[in-house]
Amino acid sequence: MSANTAVAEKYRNNFLKEIEEQVEMGDWVKMCMQCGVCSGSCPTNFQSAWEHPPQELFMMIRAGKREEVLTSSSMWNCTSCYNCIVRCPRKLPITHIMHGIAEYAHRLGMAPKMQATRFFSGLFWKNATKTGRVNELKLSMGLYFKDGFVQGIKNGMAMQAVALGLVKAGRLNVMELLGGHKCKDQKGIQAMLAKAYEIERTRKTAKLAG
Amino acid sequence: MTEHVATNETILVVGGGISGMTAALEAAETGKNVVLVEKNPALGGRTSQLYRYFPKLCHPTCGLEINLRRLKGNPRIRVLTLAEVTGIEGSTGNYTASIKIKPRYVNENCTACGDCGRAVDTMVDDPFNYNLGQHKAAYLPNAMAYPQRFVLDPAIIGTPDADRAKAACKYGAIDLDMKEETIQVKAGAVVWATGWQPYDAKKIQPYGYGRFKNVITSVEFERLADIHGPTGGKILRPSDGKEAKNIAFIQCAGSRDENHLRHCSRICCMASLKQTHYVREKYPEDGKSTIYYIDIRAIDRFEDFYQKVQADASVSFIKSKVAKITEDEHGNAVCHGVDTEGYKRYMTPHDLVVLAVGMEPSVKGINIPGHIVADSSGFIEADPANGAVFGAGCASNALDVNRAVQSATAAALRAIQVVNKVAKAEA
Repeated sequence: MSANTAVAEKYRNNFLKEIEEQVEMGDWVKMCMQCGVCSGSCPTNFQSAWEHPPQELFMMIRAGKREEVLTSSSMWNCTSCYNCIVRCPRKLPITHIMHGIAEYAHRLGMAPKMQATRFFSGLFWKNATKTGRVNELKLSMGLYFKDGFVQGIKNGMAMQAVALGLVKAGRLNVMELLGGHKCKDQKGIQAMLAKAYEIERTRKTAKLAG
Repeated sequence: MTEHVATNETILVVGGGISGMTAALEAAETGKNVVLVEKNPALGGRTSQLYRYFPKLCHPTCGLEINLRRLKGNPRIRVLTLAEVTGIEGSTGNYTASIKIKPRYVNENCTACGDCGRAVDTMVDDPFNYNLGQHKAAYLPNAMAYPQRFVLDPAIIGTPDADRAKAACKYGAIDLDMKEETIQVKAGAVVWATGWQPYDAKKIQPYGYGRFKNVITSVEFERLADIHGPTGGKILRPSDGKEAKNIAFIQCAGSRDENHLRHCSRICCMASLKQTHYVREKYPEDGKSTIYYIDIRAIDRFEDFYQKVQADASVSFIKSKVAKITEDEHGNAVCHGVDTEGYKRYMTPHDLVVLAVGMEPSVKGINIPGHIVADSSGFIEADPANGAVFGAGCASNALDVNRAVQSATAAALRAIQVVNKVAKAEA
């Protein structure tokens, strides 16, 4: 039984409780009074870019729409501008809840695989933790080729002038493609992260099981 | 009026609005002596500043007139206007209040003929109209003011205007030598009925009150609709005096908001529903009201009032708390937000936006009598620790006129019980 089916079984018909217990800041969801100020204050145009504004997502959680919420790309589109938190009349930490739900969906393997924010987050994390330094060249290349080789070439061509300008200004080193610069204690960083992963995994697995 | 001496069998009522008047009258009509203290130059409070009451849509002059008539006929009530309680000492059955009385510069000889007003040139802001307009510095506070006596604004004292006013008075009613005084009044019990104030709408930054002229508050809208108001009863928008026919009402402006007022102010939904009647009354052909709301709280028997407004084709309801207001090139106020029924964004211009501002207790933040127990919003609680200081009306909760009167009667009854005990102990 996968982690997803296990929790789905545990919280059958009580998705709100699942969110409260498993999602960081999830216990705030029940406080929403559906006034709509968060959506109204959101600088992103969710109508085309994302399906569900925050207060709709909260209502869906209460309505038990587990599949729709966890597979939604909506919470991945949050730009963390904090407008909603500032204006929420019930002081819900909406930005944090959005990130919490996104992280939970990711953990259960339900988040949309090729959603741009999610893809970039993964890419950035791998890139930065490998050497302890962000390799900007590899990062942008990875993003260019996200939707296949042909699209990647097209993206690269479109950004050609910018790239050349950066090279000229000394802001971009082509040699970074071969390994790139590292932090002083690469092994130390990785050992630290491995420990952090282990702690987090133990805690979250226990929470899922508990 | 008979000036009875206040003793510890006297009831002190602080605040001369509808609650304070009610408490004073109820106590006096059972035979108790009452001192009624009012900060403004006339009684009536915020009730007198309304255009109409809900749900019957009658004018407040009616209800107030009945109370004023009861008051005039009752020698047991001593009314102090322009007076403020600055401190209370003592305990149940034995209080002494310090009351600061500001000079009116007009004595009892005044017949309210208006000659002084005509003689004076200086204009000052008119707080009765929420400073939307100005009036002469020698003025009658409002049309049905009690006491029906003029007031001289302190700004003109010592100027030739004051001398002109004095010269114009045929009855010797103007006394420019009046000074501020502080008196001590004894009382057995105190009814604290200082009412409420509209929440400062400037603090709701995204709504632009104070930045956009055509964003006003619900209390100001009452004055616009009133024939005695600054526009003579025409609903004109402040920026250019254009007839405001497309009006938005924004509910919970300050209320039910942890960033502003925690509580539901209870009256605002009904007040906005009532105000849609004003729009239809003034512009029966093409008046249009839009109510933006979280949920309409038309409590108990007011539900039918709500249903009638819902059935009105000129009123539309949008379930959404407006996120922000901007101003377009025509001076219209544009409401931005998301309609939570369907989750559609809107960006709707209106001639005028009325913020249904919340009710903040006037007692909040002031430190008299010091030991008052209040709830997290600042309303006075019914707590034994308050001794014989009883909250009444909107000093004790967010209430409409009807419920404020009930609350005031209850407070009067509690005060009567205290002074009865005092009387028994002394007999």
